[in-house]
Amino acid sequence: MEKTTTNSLSWVIGGAQGSGVDSAANIFSRACAAGGLEIFGKREYYSNIKGEHSYFTVRVSDMPVHSHVDEINVLASFDAETIFRHFEDVTSGGAIIYDSDVVNTLLSEVPTVDDPAAVRIRKTLEKTGLALSVQGALDHAKRRGVILFPVPFFHLLQEFAQKANDPALSKLTRMVNVMALSASMAILDFDNEVFAKAIQFIFRAKKKVADLNVSAAAHVSNYAKAKFAGSDFLYRLKTKRTAQDMIIAQGSQSSALGKMVAGCRFQTYYPITPASDDSEFLEANEILDLDSPGKKGSTVVVQTEDEIAAIAMAIGSALTGARSATATSGPGFSLMAEALGWAGINEVPIVVSLYQRAGPSTGLPTRHEQGDLNFAINAGHGEFPRIVLASGDIEESFYDTIKVFNLADRYQMPVIHMLDKAIANSVTTCKNFDPKKIEIDRGSTVTQITDKDKGAAGNYLRFKLSDNPISPRVVLGTKDAIFWNTGDEHTEEGHITEDPELRVQMMNKRMNKLQVALREIPDEDKVVAYGSGDIVLVGWGSTKGAIIDAMEKLASEGVKIKFVQIRLMSPFPTDLLHSMLKGAKTVVDIEMNYSGQLGSLVRQHTGIEADYQIVKFNGRPMSLDEVYNAVKRIKNGDAPRRQVLKSGA
Amino acid sequence: MALKLSDYKTDVHNDWCPGCGDFGILNAIQMALADMQVPPYKATIFSGIGCSGKTPHFIRTYGIHTLHGRVLPFAQGAKLANPDLEMIAVGGDGDGLGIGAGHFVSAGRRNVDMVYIIFDNAVYGLTKGQAAPTLKLGMKTKSLPQPNVNNSVNPIALALVAGFTFIARGYSYDVRHLKDLIKKAVAHKGLAFIDVQQPCPTYNDINTKEWYQGFDNVDPETHKAMPRIYKLEETGYDGVVHDPSEINAEMAQVIEKSNEWDDKIPIGIFYQNEHVPTYQERIAARIPDYFANPPSTQQIADENDKSITNIDRLLSDLKVDK
Repeated sequence: MEKTTTNSLSWVIGGAQGSGVDSAANIFSRACAAGGLEIFGKREYYSNIKGEHSYFTVRVSDMPVHSHVDEINVLASFDAETIFRHFEDVTSGGAIIYDSDVVNTLLSEVPTVDDPAAVRIRKTLEKTGLALSVQGALDHAKRRGVILFPVPFFHLLQEFAQKANDPALSKLTRMVNVMALSASMAILDFDNEVFAKAIQFIFRAKKKVADLNVSAAAHVSNYAKAKFAGSDFLYRLKTKRTAQDMIIAQGSQSSALGKMVAGCRFQTYYPITPASDDSEFLEANEILDLDSPGKKGSTVVVQTEDEIAAIAMAIGSALTGARSATATSGPGFSLMAEALGWAGINEVPIVVSLYQRAGPSTGLPTRHEQGDLNFAINAGHGEFPRIVLASGDIEESFYDTIKVFNLADRYQMPVIHMLDKAIANSVTTCKNFDPKKIEIDRGSTVTQITDKDKGAAGNYLRFKLSDNPISPRVVLGTKDAIFWNTGDEHTEEGHITEDPELRVQMMNKRMNKLQVALREIPDEDKVVAYGSGDIVLVGWGSTKGAIIDAMEKLASEGVKIKFVQIRLMSPFPTDLLHSMLKGAKTVVDIEMNYSGQLGSLVRQHTGIEADYQIVKFNGRPMSLDEVYNAVKRIKNGDAPRRQVLKSGA
Repeated sequence: MALKLSDYKTDVHNDWCPGCGDFGILNAIQMALADMQVPPYKATIFSGIGCSGKTPHFIRTYGIHTLHGRVLPFAQGAKLANPDLEMIAVGGDGDGLGIGAGHFVSAGRRNVDMVYIIFDNAVYGLTKGQAAPTLKLGMKTKSLPQPNVNNSVNPIALALVAGFTFIARGYSYDVRHLKDLIKKAVAHKGLAFIDVQQPCPTYNDINTKEWYQGFDNVDPETHKAMPRIYKLEETGYDGVVHDPSEINAEMAQVIEKSNEWDDKIPIGIFYQNEHVPTYQERIAARIPDYFANPPSTQQIADENDKSITNIDRLLSDLKVDK
C-alpha cells in the first residue's frame, strides 16, 4: 500500500466482556463524529456477564455509512483472544495494535475460545506452519502485509502510575481499553484535542476518571507516536467541520425517544436482550420535559413478573386512554400471543416493540436474526386484525415509533413494531431527530355521549355496527359510556354472544378495519424503492444499511440495482408491491433467516416468486461485502438459487 | 339522586347454575357499590375466565372480562394508568391460584390500591369439575376420575407472604357480611384480597352449602348442626397492624388462623396493614405529580396535533458537536 487512505476505514476493538470495549468504542465513535466524520458501529457480544469475547466494529467515512464491512483496517486489542478471533480479517496495509506481553499466549491457554473456533484457528495456523500462539497469529497477519504495533501496556501503566503519582496500579489497569484506543488514534494521526474531548464526554459523570483516562491516553499516544514514527501504515483520520445538526444515534434509544414524543405514558417489560434497553431508557428518563416551560410529563414504566403480565398490563392501561406499550424479544413475544388476540377482539390500541434476536427458543440470545416475521403476523389463535410495521434503521425506528402509536389508535388494534438486535446494538451518525415531523393522531374517540350512541338497553355501543368498521373509542371512566369487554365474541355493548349472525358481523367489522388501514396508510410506510435496475432486491428491516451501501458500491462499478424495502407486513401492501415488482427481470429475496420468510409472504400475496434468495442465519448481521458479492454473483450468472451468507466472528 | 342497588344491575341473562354461590358474591359486590354510592362509570370490574369470569357482565359498571389467570395484570395496568378509578378484580381459585399464581404473588409485592376477590369453590366448574388449587389432597369431588393428587394451596397464607396488605375471607351465603368485607377492602389503602368460600352446587359435592352449615356435624348433646363458618371478629380476633412492631406477631396469628379447616372455618378480616406504601405512592415518590397527572389524563399533543413532549435535553447529549 503506497497511497494514504484518509477518512475511510473499518476499526475494531475487542476484549473480554466487562473490560471496557463499549466505552472505548463509544469514545472512538464520538471522537470521529465530533471530528466531522460519519460513522456506523455495531456491537457483538456473548450471552455472558464477564469474560467472553466481545467486540465493536466502527466504520468511518467522509460519506454517510450504513453498514459494516468484513475487513478490518485497524484492530485495537489488549488481550490474546481478540488477536485469535480477528487476525485473519485484518487487511494488508492494515494494523494490529496488541499487548506485547501476550505474544507467547498459546491458543490452548485461552479458555473462552470455544472448540469450533479453536479448530478453525488451529487449521489456519497449521496450514502455514505457524505457532499456535498469538505470535503465530501475528506472523500470519504480517506475512499478508499487516503492520504490527506492539504496545507494552503494563510497562506504560507502570510509567504512568509513577508519573501520576498514583500507586494504585490495579485501579489503572481498567484503563487499558482507552490505552489501546489511544494507540490506534496515534497511528491514525487523529486530532488529540477532539479525542480528549470525546473521552471527557463519555466519562462525563466521573470527572476524576475522565481526567485520568485523558492523561493515560496522552501517555500512550506520546509513546506510540515516537515509537511508530515512519511506519508504513497509511490510514489516516482527518477531522473537519461537523455538519449542522448531526447526532450519534443509538439504536437502543431511538425507539424509546420516539415513544416519549408519541406520548406513550405507560410501558411494561420483562427483562430480555436486546429489548430491555428500550424500557430502561424510558425509566431512566421517566420525567419528561414539555414544550410549555415548567410543565412536566411522565412515563410509568413497570417491570412485570413475566411477558404475559407485561402485555396484559399494557392493555389494561390502554383501556384508560393512556398510550401504552411493551417491549420484548422473541421468547417474550411468544408468551404474549394469547393477550394479543384479546387486544385484537376488543379493539384495544397497544404497541409491542418486538426486538428480534436469533431463535428458536433461547437461540442465540445476543445475536441477530429476522426470524420472527411469520410469527409476528400470525401470533395468536383465531383471526384478528393487527398491524405489523418493520423499521429498516435507527432513524426510521424513531419516526416509525410515533407512527405505530397513531396506527394503533386510529385502527384500534395491536400494532407490532418490528426491530431487531442489529438495530438495537448499532450506532450511526445521522440528522438530528425532528420531534414535530409526525403529528399525533388519536383516531376516532368519544368523550361526550348522546342518546344516539346508545342501544336499546340504554347502554353505550362500544362496538357499534355501521358502515364504518371503526367504532369510536371511549376510555374507562367516561361518563355515560359504560361498556364491557370480553375475550368471548361480543355484542355491540361488549357482552358475550354466541349468535351466529352477530359473530359474522363482528368478524367483518374487525377484519374490515384492515382494508381501511391499507387504503389510508401512505405508500412510504408500506413499501419504499431505492434506485432502479434489472435486478431487484426485496428485503426488510435492518438489512437495509448493507443493501444501500452495496448498491452504491455496485453503482460505482456501473452495476445498477433496485432495492425494494417492505415496511408494512400486515395488512400486506399487495397492490403497491406488485406494481413495484412488475417488469423486474430478476427478483432477489434477501433476509436474515433460514427459510426466506419475506420471500414466501411476497409470493403468497403477489404470486411473484423470487428468482434468487440471499439468506443468513448465523447470528451476525449482513455486511456490505456479503451483499455486494452475492449480488455480483447473480449479475454474473454464476449464483445458485439460494446463497447462504456466513461472515462474522 | 342516590344510586340504588338496581343501578348496578344489567339485564344480561345470568346463566350460572341454580344455587350457585356466585350469586351471593355478585349481590354483595353490587350492594357494596350501592352502599358506597360509587358512580358506575367510576368503577371497573375485571375478571378472569370461568363462571366467575362472567361477573362483570351482570354489573352495570365498566366490565372487563380478561384472560384465564391474567385478571390481576390487566387490572393493575388500568389502575396504575388511572388511579382515580375504582378497580375490583374477580376470578376463581383456579384462575388466581393455579394458572395465575405468579401474578398473585407479584401483585402482593406491588400493593396496588385495589381489590381482588377469589370465588373459591375448589373446582373448575365451567370445564366440568376438575380439581382446582384449593381442593384438599385426597378429595374426590364427583366428576374426578381419581382423588385429588395435589395438596391444596392456602390462599390466606399465600396472600400474607406475598405481601397483600388486606386479607379477608367471606362466605357467599353470608351476603351482608361479605358486603361489609368488600366495603372495607375498597376503603383499604393498598391491595385487598378476599377469599370467598363459594359452594359449586354442580361439581363440588363435598364442600356444599349443607357441609358449611354443618349438617353432617351434629352436636351429640343438642342434636343440632354445628356450622363450620364462624366470624373472627366475634372471637375478639384483631387482624389490624396498629403499629409496624406488631407485624411478626400478627403474621403468626394469620398463619395459624388460616390453617383452620374441617370443623371450624373462620371468616372476616385476617390481616390489615396500611403501613406499607402502595405502588401508586411509590411511583409518586419518583414522579411527584403522578396522582394529579397520571398516564391516562396527560396531554400529549397540542391543538395542531403536534407532540408537546420536548426531548431536546436528551437529543443534545447525542449531538456530535457537543
